[in-house]
Amino acid sequence: MNPRRKKRLVIVSSVLIGLGAVAGLVLYALSQNIDLYYTPTEIVQGKKDTGMKPALGQRIRVGGMVVAGSVKRDPNSLKVSFDLVDVGPKITVQYDGLLPDLFREGQGIVTNGVLVKPTLLEASEVLAKHDENYMPKEIAESLGKDYEKKVEKKAAGK
Amino acid sequence: MFKWLHPYANPEVSYNFCGKLQPWLFRLSALFLTIGLVWALLYAPADYQQGDSFRIFYIHVPAAILAMGIYFAMAIAALSSLVWQLKLADASAAAMAPIGAVFTAIALITGAAWGKPMWGTWWIWDARLTSELILLFLYLGVIALHNAFEDKNLAGKAAGILSLVGVINLPIIHYSVEWWNTLHQGATVSKLGAPSMSASMYWPFLMCLLGFSFLIAALICLRFRTEVLARNSMRPWVRELAMNSTEQKVCHSSSCHTHSQN
Repeated sequence: MNPRRKKRLVIVSSVLIGLGAVAGLVLYALSQNIDLYYTPTEIVQGKKDTGMKPALGQRIRVGGMVVAGSVKRDPNSLKVSFDLVDVGPKITVQYDGLLPDLFREGQGIVTNGVLVKPTLLEASEVLAKHDENYMPKEIAESLGKDYEKKVEKKAAGK
Repeated sequence: MFKWLHPYANPEVSYNFCGKLQPWLFRLSALFLTIGLVWALLYAPADYQQGDSFRIFYIHVPAAILAMGIYFAMAIAALSSLVWQLKLADASAAAMAPIGAVFTAIALITGAAWGKPMWGTWWIWDARLTSELILLFLYLGVIALHNAFEDKNLAGKAAGILSLVGVINLPIIHYSVEWWNTLHQGATVSKLGAPSMSASMYWPFLMCLLGFSFLIAALICLRFRTEVLARNSMRPWVRELAMNSTEQKVCHSSSCHTHSQN
């Protein structure tokens, strides 16, 4: 390679490496803010690195699994309440509105709302979080309960 | 080591080579897309949870993968144009940018259409969706820079620097779902290890991915050739080409024995 090309290659690659390092550091510094949601554990115990907890009255997103058997619907309105969990403590969510199609017990969801008590969220939006697994109905049925448990464990472990 | 590549630095040789490649790429893409889409949309089993809505996967995922692939190819072209000052590399980068932008837009739009029924929202500012939107803006910036200067070499340099800087976004898009909490699910197929998808759903996906790849290759050939022609319009071989094609057109449309006999 002749010297001029070599010089250009060195310049271009050093600029790229420098920018990569800058981007990496910025993203690392922002990593807490880029997270879309808090997990229930983080609301009760604080974020892992900083111990930061959301304040009461703060608008936050919470993501977790809907606890089986915790969904209570009001027979006369769209009001619904359910518990969210990841690995530790539970957060209760109250919501008045339409739930997405994928909402069901054991499903991962992300909800946006105001923290009114330390473990009570007044939600204004409930979104379903789909996992990366795709399969036909027959296979899902044959895998049955074992599979669902495995998925829950995996998600909780994450 | 790269001696065999040297003849292709000549615009005319590259133009003719792509001209030969192009019809085959179009045929292959038609073949694989027909098999893949018919299989995927009519015969692949419905998902146990999402039903038929999951079929948008067969357009969304290939579009997203290939949008990133085109960007990477464009960045390599930009690098070789900046370091080795290959004019054809500039032409190919300019040819790739709009195709990549369209596929990024397809990924975003199909994703939004899927997100509304499944998640409950068209759009959310999570890391995956935001970084994919930035990819679209990078493409638009590269296209704008290619057209912003009268001097094509200068334009290629400016656009090349932007496309190289934007490469940083590619790992961010890919790992966004692992590094941060996002609403978007993790990778189903574009990861090491077995895909999180049954084989009966995975095979049509591969067909679609191949079909779209060939389609993109064919479109890049097409755009690359016009780009080469536009950039070499004053060269004798291009003029000769233009003369020949107009003569043929005249002959096709009416009787022109005098022309054809010459």
